[in-house]
Amino acid sequence: MEARILDQFRAIVGDRGLISSPEELHTYECDGLTNMRVMPRAVLLPNSTEHVQGIVRICHRERIPFVARGSGTGLSGGALPVENGIVISLARMNRILEVDFPNARVVVEPGVINLDVSGRVSPRDYFYAPDPSSQSICSIGGNVAENSGGAHCLKYGFTTTHVLGLEVVLSDGSLVHFGGKTLDAPGYDLAGVFVGSEGTLGIATEIILRLVKRPECIRTLLAAFPSTNEAGAAVSDIIAAGMLPAAIEMMDNLAIQAAEAAVHANYPSCGGLLLVELDGPLAEVEALMTHVNEICRSNGASEIRLAQSEGERALVWKGRKAAFAAMGRISPNYIVQDGVIPRTALPQVMSEIERLSQEAGVRVANVFHAGDGNLHPLVLYDRRIPGQEKAAEALSNSILELCIAAGGSITGEHGVGEDKKKMMSKMFAEPDLVTMQRVRCAFDPLQLANPTKIFPTPRLCGEKPGEYVPHAIESAGIAERY
Amino acid sequence: MDAATKSEASGLRPALRHKFIALVGNEYVRAATAADAVVGAQPKLVIEPGTERELVNVLLLSNYAGLAVIPRGGGTKLGWGNSPASADLILSTARMTEIIEHAWADLTVSVQAGCTIQRLQETLSQHGQRLALDPLWPEKATVGGVLSTNDSGALRLRFGALRDLIIGVTIALPDGTLASSGGKVVKNVAGYDLPKLVTGALGTLGVITRAVFRLHPLPLNSRSFSVSTVNAEETQKLVLAVQDSKLAHAFLQSHFSDDAPPVSDILFEGTDAGLTAQEAQLRNLSAPANISETSTSTWTAREDLWAFSDPAGTAMAKISILPANLAHTMELVAHSANAHQLQWKALMYATGLGGLRLEGSAGSLRGALRTLRGELQGQHGSLVVLHRPDKMPAFDAWGMAGDALALMKAVKQQLDPKNTLNPGRFVGGI
Ligand SMILES: Cc1cc2nc3c(=O)[nH]c(=O)nc-3n(C[C@H](O)[C@H](O)[C@H](O)COP(=O)(O)OP(=O)(O)OC[C@H]3O[C@@H](n4cnc5c(N)ncnc54)[C@H](O)[C@@H]3O)c2cc1C
Repeated sequence: MEARILDQFRAIVGDRGLISSPEELHTYECDGLTNMRVMPRAVLLPNSTEHVQGIVRICHRERIPFVARGSGTGLSGGALPVENGIVISLARMNRILEVDFPNARVVVEPGVINLDVSGRVSPRDYFYAPDPSSQSICSIGGNVAENSGGAHCLKYGFTTTHVLGLEVVLSDGSLVHFGGKTLDAPGYDLAGVFVGSEGTLGIATEIILRLVKRPECIRTLLAAFPSTNEAGAAVSDIIAAGMLPAAIEMMDNLAIQAAEAAVHANYPSCGGLLLVELDGPLAEVEALMTHVNEICRSNGASEIRLAQSEGERALVWKGRKAAFAAMGRISPNYIVQDGVIPRTALPQVMSEIERLSQEAGVRVANVFHAGDGNLHPLVLYDRRIPGQEKAAEALSNSILELCIAAGGSITGEHGVGEDKKKMMSKMFAEPDLVTMQRVRCAFDPLQLANPTKIFPTPRLCGEKPGEYVPHAIESAGIAERY
Repeated sequence: MDAATKSEASGLRPALRHKFIALVGNEYVRAATAADAVVGAQPKLVIEPGTERELVNVLLLSNYAGLAVIPRGGGTKLGWGNSPASADLILSTARMTEIIEHAWADLTVSVQAGCTIQRLQETLSQHGQRLALDPLWPEKATVGGVLSTNDSGALRLRFGALRDLIIGVTIALPDGTLASSGGKVVKNVAGYDLPKLVTGALGTLGVITRAVFRLHPLPLNSRSFSVSTVNAEETQKLVLAVQDSKLAHAFLQSHFSDDAPPVSDILFEGTDAGLTAQEAQLRNLSAPANISETSTSTWTAREDLWAFSDPAGTAMAKISILPANLAHTMELVAHSANAHQLQWKALMYATGLGGLRLEGSAGSLRGALRTLRGELQGQHGSLVVLHRPDKMPAFDAWGMAGDALALMKAVKQQLDPKNTLNPGRFVGGI
């Protein structure tokens, strides 16, 4: 990067806020998806909204693409740098600016760690509901960009439900506000569009979040089934009985083994493990838990345990939340996949995955948010064995194709990023993708904010949309019929 | 000349009309009457396409011909928003009423935009489910209209707004694009969340042709209670105490007016055991003498608020405030209603959203609305006028759109560059 531009950046963020030496830049080469790497030209560490604006203005003037980065835990290459671009790390903007209990709102900077929000408000018995497994390290800014989910989103909703307002620096450096502390601010729901846009519409510099009061009682049940089929049937019955549990998670045998090896969660050994959490008023939860128990039993659960203490409950969750990392215990390499199916397609898709896995000679461990059909197949392989990596990648892609065919989605929470761009055209038709990119052009006409992500085919904003072309009406059938 | 023949006379070029007829059939193109007027603007034609494809073609042709299009569902909230800058044709979804798929075991439904909320709910209830939304006038209001106006009622507190319930949408754009986003699974982050963009956009970006929603089970049982308080100060204390408690209430609303002390209603849903326990807790929060069990009819309060007798002397507004500003806001309302000699009633939800009815002369209404809007905007809130007397001097329905207005205009420009859809009806002249 030209010294002239580095100097301008330095003038904004100071020496401590600019990283440009190759050794230090390595840290920023990739995010949680470590097989894709690009060296950024520089990394900037602003500590205020004004800094971010200043940096982005330079990028705008010099046409330098920029990629925002939170904690770098993303699993789809969202924070992967782009060629000839810079990275803007929000890690130093990590202040909780305001806690407003009467209105159950907090205002935070983007670099605040997810779990720190709950930590801050727990003395008054509130919590921040979206709880990705990475919550002790990932940032709220990253959560906003990915519309992150977590086990408890079944009942409480994803990040987007909990973001009331945003302060955003657009790619020309201008500052805008979406939503606000009160609901339904007049105008388009741009906060709704921004959440989940993976850093392609601008940089969030301040976020207004909703807090939730901790329920009176939380009960967690573990049920061991012969296979994921019986466990899946139990899930269907629980939902059909009209219950909305706080969480329903499922793990298959391989995933259980890995979690056991990693954190000794004391899970029963079985083919399909179900974790059901109910919360709410004590009397309500106890009545419903009895019912869940019966449902599990009637679907063939061999063992049912109710966590007896907060400690036991925490351990149950520790096993589940450590599941991805735990794969390292049973396989040298693995791909974390993220796909969604309508919950009822579970048995069919599971047996298809099983078949593909045997065909390819590649093992697949399964962890899912079973309540909402979000699968996390973990494709295990050994890079040292020739051909295995390719086979694993191919299998991982086939799983996504299964999800699409079942009427689901290629990602439930990890995002499209760089990783799944190509899959987008299998899930969406061209007009769908073009329409999304028109929205993008309104936000970022020069396409400087995390360009090259999400969309399979880039589209210049200059291409004029909405122009009448005579053959459109003709082909729409007007000409012949008139 | 009666209204019908008059609009016929000033109608579109016959050639154009014939093209529309060629697209949807003779019986689905008719001259607009006075009953089709939209906040003072008289459209010329009403067109009712029967399929998504037909709708796209009608929209495409209108866009090409430079006609202003007003999408219409049940027509119950056509008066919301500003008067259109122009209005040539009403594009009605009245024939697009299909419930495409109720995947009850997956708790989702895919439905065409013209289906009424009531019919949808009836179908869903056959499997013990509901769309957890209680919009106004469900017997006429359609999916598309409710989405475009972002209408919500008491259920919002527990289940969120439409933005939290919609998981997929298909929209027709003026250039003939038919675009889907989201999908039919509850959890999905592939691509931009356009269902949220069109929710509350008042039909200014595209015409919603179908939507997919996540559903909730119908409650096993429910019980409602009313709590009376002496003044707004006490009501606010009660509301904040309930919100800060471990109660799992589904609804919480408070009634205020110029002629009676405030009353709050609370509804619990769940098992009998849970309901009994929650009643006991509620009685601990407030003086027991003030609490009485009430019938579910109290949950029609929003429609009652809208059941005013004199449209020429009434203004209705949606207000949005911070929950902890409830008492102060009600004081402001009372004060400005007094100053302008108006009668008033308000229905406020614990979310901070609410409805306000003001009655009096057109000039006084305007004065009061203006003062109140200024005050609410000064405390992070907003006031959107949903109904005003025809004779009231022009008054922007929306108020301040903030520093994102230019971006909103850019979004509009991208999707509807010729300003075909509902021109001038939305914020900041969009
Ligand atoms: C072990 C493990 C478990 C995980 N479990 C879950 C899970 O359960 N659920 C889940 O949803 N995800 C999970 N993830 C994925 C990841 O943690 C989330 O996507 C998280 O939200 C990313 O946050 P981050 O701060 O690390 O963001 P990064 O990875 O740094 O960035 C992610 C994206 O956000 C953009 N971005 C970052 N900050 C901003 C900002 N201020 N403004 C605009 N754009 C910005 C980046 O450009 C990038 O596109 C897991 C990851 C790991 C490693």
